Amino acid sequence: MTVLAFDKTIKIQSSDGAQTQAPQARTSQVPAAPIAFSFRGVTRSFGDKTVLKGIDLDVPAGQFLAVIGKSGCGKSTLLRLLTGLDQPSSGDLIVNSDGEHGNRTRIMFQEPRLLPWNRVGRNVEVGLTGIAKGEEARAKSLGMLEEVGLADRANEWPSVLSGGQRQRVALARALVAHPFILALDEPLGALDALTRLEMQALLERIWQQQRFTAVLVTHDVSEAVTLADRVIVIEEGRIALDLDIPLPRPRRHGSAELARLEGLILERLLGKGG
Amino acid sequence: MRKSLQSVGHDVIGWLLPAAILLLWELAARTGLISADVLPAPSAVLSAFWRLLLSGELPHNIAISTVRALAGFAIGGAIGLFFGLLNGLSGMARNVTDTTLQMVRNIPHLALIPLVILWFGIDEEAKLFLVALGVFFPIYVNTLLGIQNCDPQLIEMGRVYGMSRTALFLRVILPGALPSMFTGLRYALGIMWLTLIVAETIAASSGLGYMAMQAREFMLLDVVVLSILIYALLGKLADSLARFLERQCLQWHPAFRTA
Repeated sequence: MTVLAFDKTIKIQSSDGAQTQAPQARTSQVPAAPIAFSFRGVTRSFGDKTVLKGIDLDVPAGQFLAVIGKSGCGKSTLLRLLTGLDQPSSGDLIVNSDGEHGNRTRIMFQEPRLLPWNRVGRNVEVGLTGIAKGEEARAKSLGMLEEVGLADRANEWPSVLSGGQRQRVALARALVAHPFILALDEPLGALDALTRLEMQALLERIWQQQRFTAVLVTHDVSEAVTLADRVIVIEEGRIALDLDIPLPRPRRHGSAELARLEGLILERLLGKGG
Repeated sequence: MRKSLQSVGHDVIGWLLPAAILLLWELAARTGLISADVLPAPSAVLSAFWRLLLSGELPHNIAISTVRALAGFAIGGAIGLFFGLLNGLSGMARNVTDTTLQMVRNIPHLALIPLVILWFGIDEEAKLFLVALGVFFPIYVNTLLGIQNCDPQLIEMGRVYGMSRTALFLRVILPGALPSMFTGLRYALGIMWLTLIVAETIAASSGLGYMAMQAREFMLLDVVVLSILIYALLGKLADSLARFLERQCLQWHPAFRTA
């Protein structure tokens, strides 16, 4: 389980330089796949408020991980640490790379965050900053827009698109450079129910094609069990539940097995036993 | 087809009222209702225009005033843009200079005219200084405001996608600040003409304002009115140009979408 000696391992040390060794981080399934990233006793405090309290987590490459928790439980902080937007106060965060694409980690935010002054195609090209330019970038971004079903909107301004379409453009931007890890910070939270289901299906299909490691932060339990291989529940800065969802895909909404797992997680979240 | 006819109709409607006013004015002047010592008829202003155009006096003065306006605008605008960008991007620079600039801003720049005449006489420098000072603040304030109001979420997005500082500035911050900068530009153009009119009227030996003051001495009311109208036209021209640029640069903005 301590198979962390990969070629291009990037190690992010805590700011105080302390090397906290976690006793044993739990990995779901026996990882035939290499580890995509590991948290080793990661703690993050803001002032005297500790948001994450010693998180240990190993995620194998290609896994679809969902992170659930109540507001303010630290799940967004976890994502910000993973994407390098924030540094741990102590503990280690090890992000692996697959050689071919480096350790490229992309994040999709709750808001699309498109540049309103760039047309849709140009916005997708932002995802290729420092990777491809000019014709090559244009062709790649158009190809990715095709994947999300918006190839015909490449020349539109973002302001004329619907909320769901904007979020699809943001997805295309995040994936155009074929990231190793894709972090999703409640990207479907602001969409209406139907658009949400469409987006879930789209996300699953593209994930199955590209096989990146997905980390989806959400507060929608049904979304988590529909999409993820594994669900973790964070409670007061700690992993309170770590559950594999070994169901075959595509998963049918409202199936008995999904409902059972959903109930299990909800029970834990609402604090009734668990 | 129908739509274009309608829009032509809209344009025509806008000009009906000014045309009617001109007509009434002409009639009132011809019938002696308005004395020629108070307000000359539009036709008299038109003939003054023609006379001065042929003598070359009008083109000469317009050229002088325009050069002054543009030179002053270029100097004041460049300095305003520089400090606006600098203080928008660097909190350090803002801490050092913003308080001072805000204090200077509260001095009406036209109140400096006596001092400026003492410093520069009635030469070109005096006019350039006043126009530059007047133009500086709207450009500075609106550039700074535009940058400070940039969406931090977009800046964070740019960082996550690995944009360099230059790319971040050119692709995220500057376009985001542009609408506000255009507002500053249009304000500045208004102040530019206003300042120039005052400066040329009080202390000049050439230019449109000087032409008007000379005409006053000789009771040439048609020339006085002509100068005023030309100032108005130049101001309108500058504003139209700025609006055109605005529409071109801000096509992405829903408020400026054409068709």
